[in-house]
Amino acid sequence: MAVAVPEASRERLERLERIWREPPGVIGWITTTNHKRIGILYFFTALAFFAAGGVEALLIRTQLIGPNGTVLSPVEFNQVMTMHGVTMIFLFVIPMSAGAFGNYLLPLMIGARDMAFPRMNALSYWIYLCSGIFMYVSLLGGNAPNAGWFDYVPLASKTFSPGPGIDFYALGLLFNGISTLATAINFIVTIFKLRAPGMSLNRMPLFCFAFLAVSFALVFALPALNAALILLELDRLLGFHFYDVFRGGDTILWQNLFWIFGHPEVYIIILPAFGIATAIIPTFVRRRMVAFPLVALAEILVALIGFGVWAHHMFAVGLSTITTIYFAGVSLIIVIPSGIQLFSWITTIVTGTPRFKTPLLWIIGFIILFILGGLSGVMFAAIPFDQQLTDTYFVVAHFHYVIFGAAVFPLLGGMYYWFPKVTGRMYHERWGQASFWLTFVGMNVTFFPMHILGLDGMPRRDYTYSPGLGWTGLNLIESLGAYLLAAGLGMVVVNLLVSLFRGEPAGADPFGGDTLEWSTTSPPPEYNFPVIPTVSSPYPMWDEEDRERDAANLERGEKVLEQGHETPASTLVDAEWDEILEMPSGSPWPPLLALALAGVFALVLLKQWLAAAIFIALIALVLVAWHAKEPAEA
Amino acid sequence: MSPLHPHSPDSHDIATLWWWMLLAAGIVFLGAVALLLIGWFRRGEPGLPFFGESERANLGLVITFGMGIPIVVLVALFIVSDLYVLGKTDAPTSNSTGLTVTVVGHQWWWEARYPAGGAVTANEIHIPARTPVNLLARTADVIHSFWVPELNRKIDMIPGQTNRIELYAEEAGTYRGQCAEFCGLQHAHMAFRVIAEPRPEFERWLSASERPARAPDGAEASEGRRVFMENACAGCHTIAGTPAQGTVGPDLTHLASRQTLAALTVPNDRRELGRWIRNPQEIKPGAKMPGLELSNAQFHAIVTYLAGLR
Repeated sequence: MAVAVPEASRERLERLERIWREPPGVIGWITTTNHKRIGILYFFTALAFFAAGGVEALLIRTQLIGPNGTVLSPVEFNQVMTMHGVTMIFLFVIPMSAGAFGNYLLPLMIGARDMAFPRMNALSYWIYLCSGIFMYVSLLGGNAPNAGWFDYVPLASKTFSPGPGIDFYALGLLFNGISTLATAINFIVTIFKLRAPGMSLNRMPLFCFAFLAVSFALVFALPALNAALILLELDRLLGFHFYDVFRGGDTILWQNLFWIFGHPEVYIIILPAFGIATAIIPTFVRRRMVAFPLVALAEILVALIGFGVWAHHMFAVGLSTITTIYFAGVSLIIVIPSGIQLFSWITTIVTGTPRFKTPLLWIIGFIILFILGGLSGVMFAAIPFDQQLTDTYFVVAHFHYVIFGAAVFPLLGGMYYWFPKVTGRMYHERWGQASFWLTFVGMNVTFFPMHILGLDGMPRRDYTYSPGLGWTGLNLIESLGAYLLAAGLGMVVVNLLVSLFRGEPAGADPFGGDTLEWSTTSPPPEYNFPVIPTVSSPYPMWDEEDRERDAANLERGEKVLEQGHETPASTLVDAEWDEILEMPSGSPWPPLLALALAGVFALVLLKQWLAAAIFIALIALVLVAWHAKEPAEA
Repeated sequence: MSPLHPHSPDSHDIATLWWWMLLAAGIVFLGAVALLLIGWFRRGEPGLPFFGESERANLGLVITFGMGIPIVVLVALFIVSDLYVLGKTDAPTSNSTGLTVTVVGHQWWWEARYPAGGAVTANEIHIPARTPVNLLARTADVIHSFWVPELNRKIDMIPGQTNRIELYAEEAGTYRGQCAEFCGLQHAHMAFRVIAEPRPEFERWLSASERPARAPDGAEASEGRRVFMENACAGCHTIAGTPAQGTVGPDLTHLASRQTLAALTVPNDRRELGRWIRNPQEIKPGAKMPGLELSNAQFHAIVTYLAGLR
């Protein structure tokens, strides 16, 4: 912000500084309710799980590098394969996109000082951390889940999986789901109520539209998964028969419930990436998004239609023909909103004056990989082809193009893009571009041959294969590609780590960004903005008059809110100034509540019902303390 | 075992569908990449070639490429694949087929039953060539998926459910199949063969398979039969015409006529048969067959007996 600060402004800033300051050191991080700190905690935790999932992927590829591999036993392979899927989806992509990017950026983009429910936000993080550790404890004991990430019954039933692995899976995901659900609700309320006055819904950045769509999808999708998991645990722990067809249950019920969650989940995974793309593209091509309202609508539509396609994961199950045709039809319809977004990005790039810097390179890579993954995805809406190629490496290729290419590439691009904002330093451009190319080549060398391997008939999830089936050469290439890919990702991490200490100072707005996070210092102060920003378009940073008005407001003491720990709330649609909200301060209760919950889940897993009940009572006590009246602010 | 080497009309249709989809996908991909390349070459100039800086033209481009063309292509794909090809390759009514075979998936092998004459075999499904076969797919435990890509698409085997698919081979030959739905530890070693033979040969095989097992040939084989019946073997396996009537493992009535053991894991010769009986867990870790504590003589006797069950 302004360099020469007038006396009156400086006093106000100091006051804000004092009110929003959190305790120093580790205590500050544990009791934090600041969305940026929580975002950073999410970031490093998700990165650690990404590394774990990556090591699992490398183990799989090393096992399959040649026929009859012996790196992993079948017992180990099935656990590693399952944990790879569970980790990447539940412990990496969603926490990284929603937890880290969403948490850090959403309040900044809408001009708020924090999330709507800061303590619940902290609770989300601590539950996520505990649930991740909960699931990984199983791997240390050699009892990790081993029925694949979609965990079909009856393989996952007590009869066929008697060990505790599946219980770790089901209870771990239930536990994890609380965190995700809390985050989703927090985003919805934050987006609806905390936008800076003036930011009516039609002026909200597309990034925020994407997160709004994701949050709604999560709120409606997670209950299906939770129901599926609870029924599974009732079967496994208490001997119920929900999924036992020979005792009046239904095997396919699991598949229906799982995919009612599982397919919206795919869009939950890639929509934040779409949001990141729509944030990066305008900045680097120096023009507004083409077809902005269509893209906003498409983001919402994708999340909505995503609920009507789940049975296309089940075309080989033997559903009635008319059912498969319906789901194939809807699966084709959902291509259209994706097509709109795709060509909006491409047209924006073509008609702008792009600077091909590192973040944009990742987005271009994302566009290419998303087209490939999308095209192979459309093929699965052709029912006979689906029935031929489903459960082969062709599917593995398809969803890695979608999840790694379309979801993780924008996350990596986003890491470069917002690195200067979060750290105040620039990343290294040359190494950044090199890391993109290495990752892009590694990605394609790893996953493209899997299409051919699937067309050569190799089923997925085989822990090994025999020589003489024609699968040897392609598997070798894929494994080498995986090492290349790992090197590329390593290069990203090294670049950012080194830049953290040695990078050039970045300044508030190194790229000429269009959204509000660039209006504040890098890194932003704890209160985000000295003045609640004035907004009159979806590209507030390009409205220079508004930014000059902010500086004037600070001088006059308008919209500064330096009298308390406060942020304004606005009306839902038009974002007119509504009221001033008192925001809660840091608190030790969220981490303690998460710990107590972890105790409950661990004791349920061990079938220690009485002890679990005691822990539930503990939770009640923590909740009482949580809501106790705090001493008034000094 | 590639879906792109079809040996039945259904597989041909699906392979053709794939090549057309690949062509369309290729055009879309190259078109999109071409647009991105235009963006790179014109990185210094705003606006579109020919149309210049017109927001109407931009919006038109998004609507044409993002909605218009996709709608046409997707409707065409829907009609061709999900109405025409799907209907054309649907399983025929069972009375229009020449033979019914029931295949039951087990962890981790395949049981094939020929209900008409009571023949039972494992992992090698004989069918007559150029004859539509009505295949009934069932499972004895978890979900498996029956898949012979060169002959047809896959069909899941679901507990409590019987799924149907047509099996038809245009010419005599051996077609590899494999379980396609993850089913536990040895999912990778759950393969099978469909052996399509000219009708007369198939009939010979079928009538031979319907007969009970041969009597042991010689003293060692007789001893082997005794050891088999007195040990755990008989509790899990059936040998028709003997007291062994177990249903946990594969039917061994005509074991020696099969080409492989343990669902195509090893070839069926004396040496591999011996290794398999002595230590199945070494060949297929996790398989349901335990190794038995037998003396060397007893062990050789069992191998001799089983190797004689043609």
